[in-house]
Amino acid sequence: MPPSEPARRSAQSEFSAALINPDLPPPVGVSGPRGKGARKRFAVYRNTVTVTRIDALADIFPAVQRLVGADFFRGMARIYLAQEPPVSAVLFEYGQGLAAFLERFEPVSELPYLPDVSRLERAWLDAFHAADADPLAPAALGAVPAEDLGDLTFTPHPAARMVRSRTAAVSIFSASREQRPLETIRPLEPEDGLITRPAHEVQVRLLPPGAADFFKALMTGATLAEAATLALGRQPGFDLPAAISAMLEAGIFSACSLSPAKTEHPQ
Amino acid sequence: MMRSAPDPQTGGTARFPSLPLPPRAGAGLKPEHVDQILADTQRIGFLEVHAENYMGDGGAPHRALTAIRREFPLSVHGVGLSIGSESGIDHAHLERLARVVERYEPAMVSEHLAWSSHDAGYFNDLLPVPYNAETLARVVAHVGRIQDRLKRHILIENPSTYVAFEETTMSEADFIREIATRSGCGLLLDVNNVFVSATNHGWKPLQYLRRFPLELVEEIHLAGHAEDTDDEGDVLLIDAHDRPVADAVWKLYEIVISQTGALPTLIEWDNDVPDWPVLRREARLADAILDRLGPASLLGSRHAAE
Repeated sequence: MPPSEPARRSAQSEFSAALINPDLPPPVGVSGPRGKGARKRFAVYRNTVTVTRIDALADIFPAVQRLVGADFFRGMARIYLAQEPPVSAVLFEYGQGLAAFLERFEPVSELPYLPDVSRLERAWLDAFHAADADPLAPAALGAVPAEDLGDLTFTPHPAARMVRSRTAAVSIFSASREQRPLETIRPLEPEDGLITRPAHEVQVRLLPPGAADFFKALMTGATLAEAATLALGRQPGFDLPAAISAMLEAGIFSACSLSPAKTEHPQ
Repeated sequence: MMRSAPDPQTGGTARFPSLPLPPRAGAGLKPEHVDQILADTQRIGFLEVHAENYMGDGGAPHRALTAIRREFPLSVHGVGLSIGSESGIDHAHLERLARVVERYEPAMVSEHLAWSSHDAGYFNDLLPVPYNAETLARVVAHVGRIQDRLKRHILIENPSTYVAFEETTMSEADFIREIATRSGCGLLLDVNNVFVSATNHGWKPLQYLRRFPLELVEEIHLAGHAEDTDDEGDVLLIDAHDRPVADAVWKLYEIVISQTGALPTLIEWDNDVPDWPVLRREARLADAILDRLGPASLLGSRHAAE
């Protein structure tokens, strides 16, 4: 068959199809020199594509890999890759859909915390690469007159993320990343995790009850008073002063301002 | 981004000093080496980064690269623009590269004669193209678009390849010369790639170099390769970047430098990355060759950067 027959698929489409499907022969028109075979030669490309894509996923999700074991992880990664290959050359953005994949992937259904552990790992890397900003200084709050504090709204720091889980995903994530034993963790204890980058290092905190409602409300634009009311309503034992000092220490926000309602209509 | 007014001393902005790539050895920058490089009394000539690793908004990678850029000449080497792609240059990726270049004002920007993206996604590998008029027109158009967007000239690197195409009608060296002539780009000669491809395709490396437009080369790459076998049991070299430069590649490099004069020369070591002193030792081997053979070269000593 002539190689430039008009109706055939483009050469790179053929090459691509054969790259990701090891059952296909090397593409038509591809050979070794002087008519030598191309099976092993083409396999060099096929192998590099598969191995480096799996390696990229393993680099992003080390805790997930540790929890399921390296061999299982690599086998699972192949299946995920086939469903959701990376679309960008910026590989540190890859794997946004892994959590949803893990929720559907039957062989890991006995590890209900795994999807949220992967969400924490993805959020960790997003926080790592997020834009730089100084966290809100405690003095900024001190400068606001006491009667106006309730009307403050906050700008989330670019690195701030929250993962709320019905499992002990935060404890499991931290133990796995730090290579600590997991035996003492009760896996079905619900946990909320906060990911921030207050100075140079990404930090992951396990939040006390009520704090996630409070921070989430503030991160989505509620005033301090609205967020406190919401958190207290859901968790009567919510410790507001402790939450505010944790918020400053963790660097969830980069700025605060008086809400427009307050500034437009004083009193 | 905070930027200062143009500095009449450097012609650029005062954000970073204007530091051209020197005709010395440099190293591929790895995050784990940054502190040692900054503290090292034996200063490396320059550093090169993969652009894609700095396409995030902020954080540790940019803090490290900013510290490096303040003190060392920098080369930005793209691996993801997919210049040989049938489906064109990805606009978003070119914008990301432009942002890295604007942010760091590097002395050099380079990319590969290869493709890495298609509808099936990003392959994270440098895939080969057939050398013919159709590919040439496509690559020249893509290089032109990149140079227009970056408002500077770039270097294109010769690939390492494992397969040949029936549709190829030109030699690789002639093809690369035509890219440079038509697009105005410069060339990055990867001497390891010459050796790997020559072995894999049964060319003679010296014949390749005789055809190659050495006068357009502004930077050299050196790296280690692995050995495998093809379907017929013959040697097949893999461009692995995971070990020291092979003796045969050093010999080829000596021949190149004795013709071109001293050129900025990068040691690439991207997998199984060694401790900094091991990488620096490779760089010093290149420096010794540059010192010994550069001044007596046929083309005379040239400075790559303007």
